[in-house]
Amino acid sequence: MDRVVYLDNNATTQVAPEVVEEMLPYFSKLYGNPSSMYQFGGSVAKKLKEARCKVAELIGAEPEEIVFTSCGTESDNTAIWAALQSYPEKRHIITTKVEHPAVLNYCKFWENQGWQVTYLPVDELGRLDLELLKEKITSATAIVSIMTANNETGVIFPVEKIAEIVKSKGSIFHTDAVQAVGKIPIDMKHNHIDLLSFSGHKLHAPKGIGVLYIRKGVKFQPLIIGGHQEQNRRGGTENTPYIIGLGKAAELAKNYLSEENTRVKFLRDKLEQGIIERIPHIKINGDREARLPNTLNISFAYVEGEAILLLLDREGICASSGSACTSGSLEPSHVLRSMGINYNYIHGSIRFSLSRYTKEEEIDYVLDRLPVIINHLRNLSPYKAQE
Amino acid sequence: MWEYSEKVLDHFYNPRNYGELPNPTVVGEVGSIICGDALKLMLKIENGIIEDARFQTFGCGSAIASSSILTEMIKGKTIEEAEKITNKDIVKELGGLPQEKMHCSVMGMEALQEALKNYRGKREPISEIEKIICECFQVSERKIRDVIRENHLTTVEEITHYTKAGGGCGRCIPELEKILKEELAKRSPKDEKKMTTLQKILLIKDTIDREVRPALQRDGGDLELIDVDGNKVIVSLRGFCINCPSAKLTLKNFVEKKLHEFVSPYLEVIEERK
Repeated sequence: MDRVVYLDNNATTQVAPEVVEEMLPYFSKLYGNPSSMYQFGGSVAKKLKEARCKVAELIGAEPEEIVFTSCGTESDNTAIWAALQSYPEKRHIITTKVEHPAVLNYCKFWENQGWQVTYLPVDELGRLDLELLKEKITSATAIVSIMTANNETGVIFPVEKIAEIVKSKGSIFHTDAVQAVGKIPIDMKHNHIDLLSFSGHKLHAPKGIGVLYIRKGVKFQPLIIGGHQEQNRRGGTENTPYIIGLGKAAELAKNYLSEENTRVKFLRDKLEQGIIERIPHIKINGDREARLPNTLNISFAYVEGEAILLLLDREGICASSGSACTSGSLEPSHVLRSMGINYNYIHGSIRFSLSRYTKEEEIDYVLDRLPVIINHLRNLSPYKAQE
Repeated sequence: MWEYSEKVLDHFYNPRNYGELPNPTVVGEVGSIICGDALKLMLKIENGIIEDARFQTFGCGSAIASSSILTEMIKGKTIEEAEKITNKDIVKELGGLPQEKMHCSVMGMEALQEALKNYRGKREPISEIEKIICECFQVSERKIRDVIRENHLTTVEEITHYTKAGGGCGRCIPELEKILKEELAKRSPKDEKKMTTLQKILLIKDTIDREVRPALQRDGGDLELIDVDGNKVIVSLRGFCINCPSAKLTLKNFVEKKLHEFVSPYLEVIEERK
């Protein structure tokens, strides 16, 4: 394949070349264990500390509030585990119907163990009803876990407002910010979020490194028990090259944050507007007012998502779909179903997610190819727009 | 990503015989936009022969490919010949489909049967067996039983792959288990008696070539059919399989299971004595 137009950055991102360069010495020459007593390990420990500071700085946290994990899923599981273990008398969890499986399936696990779980619904634009949240929190609620931004639609939840509500009711608030960190500003100094998860590979660091932010003073119990690493909050020898890589990625993300919200957003809007102008019978999924700057989730009526993806792939264009056929399950994405997307549209959803590496000519290329693909599939389809 | 055969991709990228057929003799329509796939098959029939066939499909790559190849398979065939075509024939023509996509081939068969039934003017009385088992995907008991028999299915998961039933809310899974159990009890030795010894040996060989050897070859091994003696299937292991500590398990859990599934539940796999 000669040409690859990568528009699936909510799935994973290219590791930034600067990050790779920063990591390489720590695989070969500088392989020491940071816990060791000699200089050879000590120099690695120093570099680790720098990385921790950079990661903390990206979200306005203190370095001691950062715990490195193996991935976003581990961070999410740990956050919920910690709250349930710290407050064993509280046996109620609140989350939403549109969470990532890392939270949703973990809550279902606890539900099977006998905990009560409330799954908050969303409206047709993917928004939450905060009044309903207020009603549902009781003195038995151990933790409220609500994502910062949705991976499929990019819809942003008002987590700072939610954090205030949860705090006023005396519960712990966790947010899965995997899709948000590096794309929108987050400042832990000016909010009441207790626990926050994110992942390296969504912000141009490699796969296999995650972060759990734990606010100072919040009760905590580790999920992975072992050595004294991460101040006894996560056992296991530090993944030094990856942590150092994430440090660099965090530094870059901070510098690129304004570009995400100007140039990347401009390209996303150009793609969206271009599709609206060129292709009839489409629907933008999710709240366009509160949405990640890089994400576009769009449905094409009367055609099916996997077929669109296969034809895009033949043109070298990478995207993803919430259609049933792409996942191996037989039902479309739980997010789109929760939003009550109309049946004419729900099987034909495509998510384009951009990054700092996306070029304008790539967007032009997609706008050139996509109408031909949709038109071809509509010619094959027995369904047509009713006049 | 799905592993589609060259043939599936060819028929998806270059679908044959699609679009409206003007003045069709008969039409078969199955599926719905709510379920995620649908096929409208249009036929022109003259003097008992399918002179032309066209399709319109809403669905994924393998649904479109199944529809496309079906139109090629039935063109020029008599009604009687076309009636014999099953989803297995579609899968074979396509050079295989991923397990999870088998329902696409079943959709092709159903549309064809629907069209031919309409042609013959058969309106079968609605009986108990038309009862909908899977509410999510509107799958009837008749369809489930037919597909189990035709494809020798042995698990509920396979029923879902072939018919979609049970793939939504999952509430009908206990009922699927019950139907499967009934069908398995009915199966053989009655079915078996219909097979001659030669047919049985050929089917064993075909199953080993199609279902077993490619999987072993992927791991650097292989297997050869040496002889069939009654219900004893004598094989010899080749390649990496010879020294593989789990070869015995492979024979029991994999080779024998496949032969039970595709040929007869009474077969026993035995390794050739050196």
